[in-house]
Amino acid sequence: MDWGDWLSNPQNILFVVIALLMVAAAVRVVTSPNVVHATLMLVLALGGSAALFLMLGAEFVAWALVLIYIGAVVVLFLFGIMITRAPTGRDPVRLDHERRWPAALVALATFATLASASVAAFEDEVIEGGVSRTGELGDVLFSRFVIPFEAVSFVLLAALIGGIVLARKDPD
Amino acid sequence: MLVSQFLVLAALLFSIGIYGVLVRRNAVLVLLSIELMLTAVSINLVAFGAHLQDTLLSGQVFALFVITIAAAEVGIGLAIVVMIFRNRSSVNLDELDLMRW
Repeated sequence: MDWGDWLSNPQNILFVVIALLMVAAAVRVVTSPNVVHATLMLVLALGGSAALFLMLGAEFVAWALVLIYIGAVVVLFLFGIMITRAPTGRDPVRLDHERRWPAALVALATFATLASASVAAFEDEVIEGGVSRTGELGDVLFSRFVIPFEAVSFVLLAALIGGIVLARKDPD
Repeated sequence: MLVSQFLVLAALLFSIGIYGVLVRRNAVLVLLSIELMLTAVSINLVAFGAHLQDTLLSGQVFALFVITIAAAEVGIGLAIVVMIFRNRSSVNLDELDLMRW
């Protein structure tokens, strides 16, 4: 494959910028010594993946990701951080293990395996651009995938009730 | 755009998430790293869907399902973390060895 050719496509330049941003943000998520900074870096990484979804023509998924993850999940994380760092009087213990290198080795091996397998399988296959309209997605979701959709909504309801039951105080 | 560029980026994000799960000791930060891994999977799904030109849009539908399940997982996970904090006033995972044999 010719890298000069590949980089002459403006879409690929955009991809490289977004990918570098996402990887830097993801690395900060797992290394930042400040819990709140790690959560805010997750926002950056998720925003990058929403931009990738827009590049792939998946508009509805991209905006659903922005709404659900950045809007709801990250706020929930910030609440969780605030609740679990309540002033207990002692210094917060260090956030990381001392033994980082075995973990880094495992991560590196996983990356090498996944990346080499996917490059070997899809050598130079190209993604044709093309936007899928939200209406089509809605049609498919409520015809072909209606039973999984209902099952997922039931799971969400169960998780909601389970969360309330777990987090409320026991009436003594 | 190649398929493999998206797959390699997703693999990189996934392995960063694995590193975070292994190395972090705070339970909330472990949940954050799991979110990274789930996002990597949905990038894969959407890229496959765009590559296959699927008329059923299965890739996007499954990415939506992954997002939904992730939201449910965060809700339950944080409820559990809050409860652990209430009982032990710490969310350090190294101290949670009650069920270790």
